[in-house]
Amino acid sequence: MSKITCQCGHENPYGTELCEQCGRPLSEKAKESDIVDMRYEGSSRRSQTYKSSIVDKIWNFFSSVKIGVGIIAAVLIASAIGTVFPQKFYVPASTDAEYAEYYERLYGVVGKIYYQLGFYDMYNSWWFKVLIGMLATSIIIASIDRVVPLYKSLKKQRTRRHPSFMKRQRIYGEGTIENTAESFAKAEEELKKMHYNVKTENGAILAEKHRFSRWGPYVNHTGLIIFFVGVLLRGIPGFYVDEAMWIREGETRNIVGAPGYVLENKGFTLENYTKEEAEEVFGAALDKVGSIVKTYRTDVTLYKEKEGSLPGSDNLEKVEDYAIVVNKPLKFNGYNVFQMDYKLDELKTMTFHLVEKSSEESLGEFTVDLSNPEKKYDLGKGASVNMLGFYPDYDGIKDGEPYSKSPVPNNPAFIFQMNTPEKPEGEKSFVAIRQTLEVEQNDYAIKFAAAETRNISGLTIRKDKTLYILLLGGLVFMIGVIQGMYWQHRRIWIQEGADGQVLIAAHTNKNWFSLRKELDKLRESTALPAYKDRQDPELDKPEQEGDEEIWT
Amino acid sequence: MDLVTISSNLLLISFIAYLVATLFFGGAIKKSKTEKAYHNSKWGTIGLVITIIGFLTHIGYFATRWIASGHAPLSNMFEFTTAFGMMLVGAFILLYIMYRTPSLGLFALPIAIIIISYATMFPREVTPLIPALQSKWLFIHVITTVIGESILAISAVAGLVFLVKNIDMTKKSKQRFWIEAVMFTLVLVLGFVVTSTTFKTMGYEAEFTYIDKNEAPAEITYHIPPLFGMNEYEAMTPGAMKPWVELPPIINAQRLTSLTWSVAVGAVLYLLLRLIARKPIAAVFQPLAKKANSQLMDEIGYRSVLIGFPVFTLGALIFAMIWAHEAWSRFWGWDPKEVWALITWLFYAAFLHLRLSRGWEGQKSAWLAVIGFVIIMFNLIAVNLIIAGLHSYA
Ligand code: HEM
Repeated sequence: MSKITCQCGHENPYGTELCEQCGRPLSEKAKESDIVDMRYEGSSRRSQTYKSSIVDKIWNFFSSVKIGVGIIAAVLIASAIGTVFPQKFYVPASTDAEYAEYYERLYGVVGKIYYQLGFYDMYNSWWFKVLIGMLATSIIIASIDRVVPLYKSLKKQRTRRHPSFMKRQRIYGEGTIENTAESFAKAEEELKKMHYNVKTENGAILAEKHRFSRWGPYVNHTGLIIFFVGVLLRGIPGFYVDEAMWIREGETRNIVGAPGYVLENKGFTLENYTKEEAEEVFGAALDKVGSIVKTYRTDVTLYKEKEGSLPGSDNLEKVEDYAIVVNKPLKFNGYNVFQMDYKLDELKTMTFHLVEKSSEESLGEFTVDLSNPEKKYDLGKGASVNMLGFYPDYDGIKDGEPYSKSPVPNNPAFIFQMNTPEKPEGEKSFVAIRQTLEVEQNDYAIKFAAAETRNISGLTIRKDKTLYILLLGGLVFMIGVIQGMYWQHRRIWIQEGADGQVLIAAHTNKNWFSLRKELDKLRESTALPAYKDRQDPELDKPEQEGDEEIWT
Repeated sequence: MDLVTISSNLLLISFIAYLVATLFFGGAIKKSKTEKAYHNSKWGTIGLVITIIGFLTHIGYFATRWIASGHAPLSNMFEFTTAFGMMLVGAFILLYIMYRTPSLGLFALPIAIIIISYATMFPREVTPLIPALQSKWLFIHVITTVIGESILAISAVAGLVFLVKNIDMTKKSKQRFWIEAVMFTLVLVLGFVVTSTTFKTMGYEAEFTYIDKNEAPAEITYHIPPLFGMNEYEAMTPGAMKPWVELPPIINAQRLTSLTWSVAVGAVLYLLLRLIARKPIAAVFQPLAKKANSQLMDEIGYRSVLIGFPVFTLGALIFAMIWAHEAWSRFWGWDPKEVWALITWLFYAAFLHLRLSRGWEGQKSAWLAVIGFVIIMFNLIAVNLIIAGLHSYA
């Protein structure tokens, strides 16, 4: 496309609205406007210039802020809908039918529709992901569309601007003053005191500060994109480990997801606040709610397998002892092990007596280790017990056989064979908690004596290499927003026109109040024409006398 | 006197200071003819000094309660909401010093007062921390979030002044309807405070047993007369009122009862006020807002979003993620409270884009600021009370 040559002689790219050098309006729109749109310095943006090909259309679609805000709004609304009912991962169900049943039972027809539309798994739905993808695309394209031309025109701007540019600024004033040269010198000095960068060019001043704040949005958008990249990377194997394991007191187990590391659970503790220690301050609260948990703690020892040793061998090297509590995970080699869950008082061992029914005399006792039961227990004096069957989580009889629904000893049941000198061929007995079954009348019985329990810790193991990328994204985002929002790009132009008139104009990308304060300060010490803020109509209302002086 | 009592007394002093200061800001506006005088008003300066005293005793409340309990007092609804009120006043002081506008005080302080009254309706005992909250991040994350939210809330206050001033209250319009709706909502909060306080001083209590949504038996105590009963409730307190209807298990009938009472009492209050004033409440306040400079209010509103947005991002998203990773092993879990923080953030991002690129200034911007405040309050109140998640304090 052809270039636009301005009257000042500068060649501008096609689509430019205000000459990059002198600021003369070039387009019809700019010529007609009272106050020119200074947002991108009237530079030529791709999206405003090329509109015909498919690529142009896609580019323009994503670079539009209207569309961008639309996408943000869509993500916002979708997120909000996702909080109406609990999401899938908070629901105790595992099959589709169970989910459907859950939502319908608790929330009726609305719940059913919620489930059917897929809102119950909103944040993992494909279209939520597509929305996020569109958001990222939009951020990238919109930024590139603006930052490049903005950078170029801010770099090329000249000190002396054409009067038609000055007159189209929101803050503008003109007038004659005495001793122009002296006033200009004074103004330059004052502006420097206010930390402006001042450039002069025979009878024209450009004072500018905090131009870097204009790059804030682009920096913060970059931060967001880095964050999105981090989130995407978690899908790649090796970047992200997320496992859970249960470990009983006294157990030593390989850490799931962390090959080469072994963990020993030396004890799990649950502590409540006691009235004694907390009476004075917390007494009232404890009276009201009963008990409040103080700590969940697992005392562990971490081991590492020695280099070159065979997996599973006992060739372990102790790394450290640690007490894992909530908020203080065990950290090693990029892994974090968190205290997440617990189960109290799981049965560990059960002790039984072998009793003669008629005399109620014991022939001896034996102890079954429920995680590692033995086949035969010798009681001495010719008596012994064989374990014919073990059902750790007994749940009734299925197909004529006792049935265990899990390997966890929640409700152990046994089939014992009792061998005694009287009955050397043995008697059989089925023993479960509070229940004994015999095939035929026995002379002997197994009686429960005692049980030992232990606690189990539920731990979560995480390794997340993307965390640093996410953190970097957050940091860059913060730098960007602070840069763009806590500073403002301000410019003040002062120049002497051909006819001896002095023109003054000013622009800031935000916070006009402070800019006006600075201008007023400048006018206090320097003779300069009065200016008007052409967008604050109330300032000029006659009935509000005194208004002009508010800003002094 | 023990520390906890000293702490409560300090809070009471702040409360009274804010009330008195409001009157002075009112005086600042009434007494000055021109806006110039109004900006340099003695009344305004006295108002500011009293506000600062109130703010200092408020910090005193916070510090003494912290010392007494051994943890930052930000761990339940009462503590969190009072801190929000405190920071709202802090943010107001900051912006008053920058812009010196009594109108802002006249609207900001009453809102802070309502928020603090609301806070005191929740249980005020000092509670020990459950394991998930035992972390330095409790303080860092919550205080940053509260500061960010209160600065953002100031933009809503400025927006409100702008709207009350600029909406034509003599003609029927959508805007007139909605600004009055905002006023009505504020009166409803008062209705809640009045109802709870009344029945609390009467010592009203009614106990019930019921069957919860997991089909387990549970107990509940009402502190106001029960209009709605929990699922399969049975009254345990003899002589107490019988609920009108029994509700299904997913609805918390006790909370619905509170809500209904508040709305009813609030509506009566509102009608009384209307009868006394003989015009919309917003019109009553209009003369007080008239002297504010619209452009300046618009700018204060925008400025506070600019200052508050980065602080909010840091506290409610970045620090929140860091802590969530320490405590729950994941930095983000789509918990309702987290999602609503994200929604708040997206909303203000949209606000900034609309303002910067689409030129939404003045009334549009003021309305957006008010909506932003509604979202913040929704996250503070409704998400805790209605949508229970990991964060639910109360
Ligand atoms: C969650 C997503 C986003 C966040 C948090 C965000 C954040 C920001 C912030 C803080 C600013 C500076 C505003 C100001 O200083 O007043 C900004 C500016 C901007 N953003 Fe975004 N943005 C997001 C998405 C988008 C999208 C989707 C677009 C696409 C159109 C976009 C386009 C822009 C543009 C054009 C600017 C103005 C740049 C300038 O005029 O200098 N942003 N953004």
